[in-house]
Formats: sequence, structure tokens, C-alpha cells
Amino acid sequence: MSLLSIEKLTKSFGGLTAVSNVNMNIEKGELIGLIGPNGAGKTTVFNLLTGVYVPSSGSIKLNVEGSKKEISGLKPYNITKIGLARTFQNIRLFKDLTVLDNIRIAMHQNINYKLSSGLIRTNKFYAEEERLKKEAEELLDIFKLSNKKHELAKNLPYGEQRHLEIVRAMATKPVLLLLDEPAAGMNPNETVILTETIAKIRKEYNLTILLIEHDMSLVMKICERIYVLDYGTMIASGKPDEIKHNKKVIEAYLGEDV
Amino acid sequence: MKVLNKKNILTLIIILIIYAIVQVLLTNGIISSFYEITIATICINIILAVSLNLVTGFTGQFSLGHAGFMSIGAYAGALVNMEMNSNMGFLAGIAAGAVAALIVGILIGIPTLRLKGDYLAIATLGMAEIIRVLFLNMDDITNGAAGLFGIPRFTNWTWLYIFTVLTLIMIDNFIKSSQGRACISIREDEIAAESMGINTTKYKVMAFAVGAFFAGIAGALYSSYFYFINPTMFGFQKSIDILVIVVFGGLGSITGSVIAAIVLAVITTILQSYSELRMIIYALLLISIMLFRPQGLLGTKEITDFFKFGNKSAKVE
Amino acid sequence: MLTWFYSYMRRCDLEQFSQQIVNGISLGSIYALVALGYTMVYGIIKLINFAHGDVYMVGAYVGFAVTTFAGIGFIPALITSMAACAILGMTIEKVAYKPLRNSTRIAVLITAIGVSLLLEYGMMYFVGAQVRSYPKLLSEEVLTIGSVIIKMQQIYIVITVLVLMVILQYVVKRTKVGKAMRAVSADKDAAQLMGIKIDNTISFTFAIGSALAGAGGVLVGIYYNSIDPLMGTMPGLKAFVAAVFGGIGSIPGAMIGGLSIGMLETFVAGYGSSKLRDAAVFAFLIFVLLLKPSGLLGRDTKEKV
Repeated sequence: MSLLSIEKLTKSFGGLTAVSNVNMNIEKGELIGLIGPNGAGKTTVFNLLTGVYVPSSGSIKLNVEGSKKEISGLKPYNITKIGLARTFQNIRLFKDLTVLDNIRIAMHQNINYKLSSGLIRTNKFYAEEERLKKEAEELLDIFKLSNKKHELAKNLPYGEQRHLEIVRAMATKPVLLLLDEPAAGMNPNETVILTETIAKIRKEYNLTILLIEHDMSLVMKICERIYVLDYGTMIASGKPDEIKHNKKVIEAYLGEDV
Repeated sequence: MKVLNKKNILTLIIILIIYAIVQVLLTNGIISSFYEITIATICINIILAVSLNLVTGFTGQFSLGHAGFMSIGAYAGALVNMEMNSNMGFLAGIAAGAVAALIVGILIGIPTLRLKGDYLAIATLGMAEIIRVLFLNMDDITNGAAGLFGIPRFTNWTWLYIFTVLTLIMIDNFIKSSQGRACISIREDEIAAESMGINTTKYKVMAFAVGAFFAGIAGALYSSYFYFINPTMFGFQKSIDILVIVVFGGLGSITGSVIAAIVLAVITTILQSYSELRMIIYALLLISIMLFRPQGLLGTKEITDFFKFGNKSAKVE
Repeated sequence: MLTWFYSYMRRCDLEQFSQQIVNGISLGSIYALVALGYTMVYGIIKLINFAHGDVYMVGAYVGFAVTTFAGIGFIPALITSMAACAILGMTIEKVAYKPLRNSTRIAVLITAIGVSLLLEYGMMYFVGAQVRSYPKLLSEEVLTIGSVIIKMQQIYIVITVLVLMVILQYVVKRTKVGKAMRAVSADKDAAQLMGIKIDNTISFTFAIGSALAGAGGVLVGIYYNSIDPLMGTMPGLKAFVAAVFGGIGSIPGAMIGGLSIGMLETFVAGYGSSKLRDAAVFAFLIFVLLLKPSGLLGRDTKEKV
């Protein structure tokens, strides 16, 4: 059974249709790319998936513990609890908080103590906080950020900020991870490191990943299948090789070096 | 159940020393009853400022109606206190005031905290005004515009100190827990917070309600110290007074609120006969701070950032 | 609520109803004047100018000063007050709001509160807190239709407000500056790229809004015959409610909103209880904010993610 199935997803803002009749299917464990020219509606699809927008019509079903659950219309925090996490196209870290706090906030839904325990500082509180800190540091280690755990997020170099966004999303223990242009603004070296790390976390954490990217080297290298969006409609889908040679896609924008 | 480490023991000793010093000065009349009023005002304002800071500074929800919760605490506290006229009654009054304020805070918070920024500010202002008008009109219970007289005085230095310290500890503990971090994340970036699994409405209401709870305590303490309350005392001007303390000390710094409360209480005492001048100074203070140093005195720093004692992880916690 | 409505229906004789309408219209037109300033400023820089109600108060005092000490008449006093308030509004914008154009909304709001306090207590300090009365400027005559009493002053108020609004509409719709104001309200960056001088446009907006508030202050001073330094707080807040109800950022909205709030307040005071009039307006505000925060004619803006 597929992990995520999107059927006839449509979103209009007043007179403008941003996304129209989009269908997508993602199996568990896949690494899928979502590409398209700027303004095609890719981030809108992410926003619809994560509950930031409510679809005008269509359905989004996530496979939760064996049964398909309709997640469109749910609030973002509930969708995250069900197992969908995302990063943002324009970095939305908690800039004035430490790296460690950014992660710990994402872990909040999984803590085991109530408000009262925090107020009077029970033993359970201290135990949970210890556990939280350890888990956070383990996650940070993936991207070699744990030595910077007390740094303010805004003081990290750009590349590390993008990495931190990914770690933060992973801290919510998702089954499906949505990455919105994770390589934006990175140089070729950084992109290579990112590509390897994405492959690594996918394996180690058993993640399914849906990825928006403009950097074709990354997309073609790690994506198993690709969906192509243009002006809000799906114009092609298939394996990287098929997409590379698809006339419609090339027409839409794939004139760049791959 | 606290962890007995170096830092906590030192803090405890300092807390006890401050209490003892002031207590001695009071009993020996070195601090006259006139200045005792200043001390009472400082303690009550600390509680008010820190509780407002929780809502506005730490969670980023601009509330201009904090005085409304204070008035609920004051009236509830006074009524119970007058009824029972004993130390137990006084404490029951404080509990009643705090809980009443908490409940109203939740009721008001749930609908209004959906609003943002300026709109939230005006809505909270409106709510406080509605509370004031209600108290003005509930003549049978609150005695309307004439107010309540002869409220038994049980508030003294000891009680003030206990409640002030408790408030500071509780709110500090709240901030440094996962729930507190959830609130802070709302201030930082609400959309990101919600995408990370935080039920932003729940935590906004939580912060708001906790803030209201402590404002209620402050109100009850106030009414049992100053013998007399009426609805006008808890109007917009009072909310502004508290806001000035929070802004001056730093939106997001508990220590800042404490220092600012002390400084501004001193200014208020000095300028007692010149209340217009005091308000002009407050106004200029607000404007200058926003123009030249919007983070106030301490920004989001705390006193522990200046004294790194214990190990580093204790500081970060 | 039901018993209130029932008693209202029983006492609903047409004449008392008409009286409330008359009073509501004159009160409402003043709120509309002040609401216009709020709505124009919010439309252009997204700020609730907390100090706006106090500009209205200053207008009332300027009018008082020139009529009492210089002995001039109604229209010259009105114009003087409007000019003075325009200057005051522009100064406040330049000194307190412009430096914060890129700060958080809370920062500007706090500053606006500071300016408001400064005007109130500054006036109190220099001029004294006692209530002053205007000299007799407008006719005290009264028109009676049946048992409905219409004061000539009320008619003057409505006429003055109508004239000002016509002038405002002309400025906004037909002049270059007006066009600039509309452009900056719609999209500040695009307007700048089109060569519109943002700073001047914003100053001009404040000038007009403040001038209208000043006019409102003079009218109120004449009508209620009493002014004091704190007279601006409540009307200011109520005018804000009016602007929100009509749709903040919309000029016709401010006019409709002003009249509506004036009516609401008059009817609550007339049929309900005078003590509840303020609370009713605030309750109404919360009602509007929760149901349709963009008001009657305002636009919905969403944050881009």
C-alpha cells in the first residue's frame, strides 16, 4: 500500500489556481523528486500536504499504521504528529534560539511529562530532559552539528543552517520527510555532501522522502522517481532518465546542465 | 524534589539572606512604613511584570489587558478575605483570586488568541475594559464605583516575599521546560512552530492562563495590603504601568523585569506628588527604548548569564 | 438578552427611535471623522496609531485656545485646529514611527502608546487637568419635529463632516497625492519602484488623518461643551472599533463603521444603560474580530509561507 496518495489535489486563491488536479503516489521508502519551473506550485503542494493551506478540492491520504487517513484539512501540528515533517524554502529556524533548543522544540510532541512536572521539577522531568538532550545530540551528530549545540541558530553559516532545518524536521520522528530546496544556495561541494547525507538518513532512519529541488545534479542522482509540475499541473512523471528526455519537461524548463 | 547542586544551594542562601535583611530593617523601623509601601509595590509589580513577560515577552502575544486579571484577583481575594477575616481567609482569598483569574484567562484566551499583533492587543484591552465595566455595574457584589473598603490587611513582607520568590521560580521553571520552549518557539516563528508539531493555540492559551493566574495572586496581595480597591484602579493605565516595566527590563528577561520593577517603583515613589510628570517620564521612556534600545535593559538575558557558576550545562538549562 | 429585546420593542415608539437615530448620526459622524485617520494610516503603514485619539484631543484644545483667546469664529477655528493637528501628526510620524518602519509591529505599537501618553499627560502638565468649555460658537437653536429634538449644532456637525468627506474623496480619487496614497497602501515596494516618494506620501496621509481628527475634536468641544486632556482615549478606541468594523484600510468602510458605532452606542445608552455603552462597543469589537476581522469592506491578507 502506498504511503502517501494525492488525488485531484486543487488549490485556488480567489481567481488564481495555484495547483490543479495533481495526482501523486509515494511508496514507503522511496525518494521522490518534485521539480518544475519557479512558480509552478511546488511549495504550494508542500503547504497543502503539511496543512498550512486547506485544499480547494481533492484528497491527501497518508498510510498510518495500516489504514489510509485523510489528512487534508487537519492542522499542521496534527499532521506533524501523524508523521509528516518538512523543511522550508526560506529557512525558518528559530533564529534567536540555540541549535539544541531548535531540536528540542521539534521533540516536544514526544515528551512524557506534563506542565506540573515542569513547574515543580520532578525526577521524571530531569530524566526526560536528559533523554531529550541525548537524542538531540545524536541527531545533530548526523550533520556534525553537535559541537555547535549552544550556538544561536542565526550565527551558523548558511549551509549549516540548511542542515539544521533538516535535523529539526527529523526530530519530529516523521515517516515522510518533505525537503523544500535543501540545496538552495549551496556550492557544488556542499551539494555533494548534502546528497550523501540525504541518502544516509533515508537508510538509517527508514524515511520516505519527497524533495523539491532546482539543482538537477542532486535530483537526477538520488531520486528514484520524479514528478514534474508546471503552472500548477502535473506534466510528467517517471524515472530520471524518462524525465530527462521528456519533451514537455524540456520545454517547460529543463534546458539546464544536468 | 529539586536537584541539590551548588547553584541551587547558593540561590537558596541568597534568597534567605535578602529576606532576613529586609525583615530586620523593617522590624527595627529603619525602613519606615512609607518605604514599606514601596517594597510592597515592588513585590506586587514584580509578580505582575514577570507574569506579563511570560505572555508578551516569551510567547510573543501582546496583551494590554493584564490589569483585568489583577482586578479579578483583587476582588475575589478581597471578598473571601473580608468574609473570613483570618490568615486562612487571606490565603484562601489568594487562591480564589488566582484560580478565578486563571479560569477567566482560559475563557478569554481561547477566542482572542487567534488574533495577532495589534488586533490581539486591542482585543485584550477591550476584554479588560469589559471586566472593569462589569465590576463597575455589579453593585451588590463589588459595591460598584465606590469600591470595597476596609479589606483586612494580612499582606506583609513575609507573604509578599514568599509569593514573589515562588512566582519567579515557577515562571522560570516554566520557561525552561519543554512547554516553555514550545511557547518561546511561537514567539520566534509561529508557522515553523506549528509545523514542528506544536499546538500553538494550546500553548498561547497556556501562557496566557498562567500569566493570568499570577496576576490574580498579585491582585489579591494588593487588595489585602492597601485596604481599598475600586474598578478604576485596574484600568488601562495600570496595564500600561506593567507594560512599561516589562519593556524597560526587556521583553524576555525575568531578571530584567525584576530590576525594572525596582527602578520604576523608586521613581514612582520619588515622583509621588507629580503624577503627570511620572507619566510623561514613562511615555518618554517607552518611546526612547523602542527607538534606541528596543531590547530594554537586559534583552533576553538573565542574571545567570553574567555569573557562570556551576558547570556549563547548568547555565544552559 | 431576550427580555431586553422585548422591553425595547415595547418602548419602541417611533419618536424615541427617531431621536436615537438623530443622536446616533451626529455621534457617528464624529467617530467616522476620527476613524478615517485610523484607517488611512493603517492602510498605508499597517500601524494602529494609538496616539490618534489624542491628536483629536489636541485639536479640541487648539480650537478652544484660538476661540477663547483670539476670539475667532467657528470656521477659522476649525481650519486652524486642522492645520495644527496636521503638523502634529506629521511630526509624530517623522520622529516616532518613521525610524521604526522596519521593526516589529509590537515595537511600533508600544511607541504609539508612548506617544499617546506623552500627549495626554503633557497636556495635563502644561494646561491642567480641569475641564474647559468652549465659548458659544454655534447657534444653540433647536429644531423640533414632533417630540424629536434636533440641535442646530448636530446639523452643523453632520454638514461639516459631510463637506470634509467630500473633500477627502476628491483628494483621494482625483489628485496625484491621493493616487500615490492608494498605491502605497496597495503595495509599498511596487509604488516606490514606480517613483512614488514613500516618505512624503506617508507624511501626507498622517497630515490628512490628523487634520480630520482635529476637526472632530473641535466639533465635539462645541457640542459637548467640555474638553479635558483624557477626552481622546475612549473616543479614539471607539473610532478604532469603527474603522475595524468598516474594514480597516477602507475609507468608505470608516464612514460606515463610524455611523454604525455611533448608532450602537446611542441605542445601548438610550435603551439599555448608559453605564454599559463603553463595554458594548468593546464587546462588539471582539465580536467583529472573531467573526470577520477584515470588517465589512476590508481585504484579507495572508502571510506567504
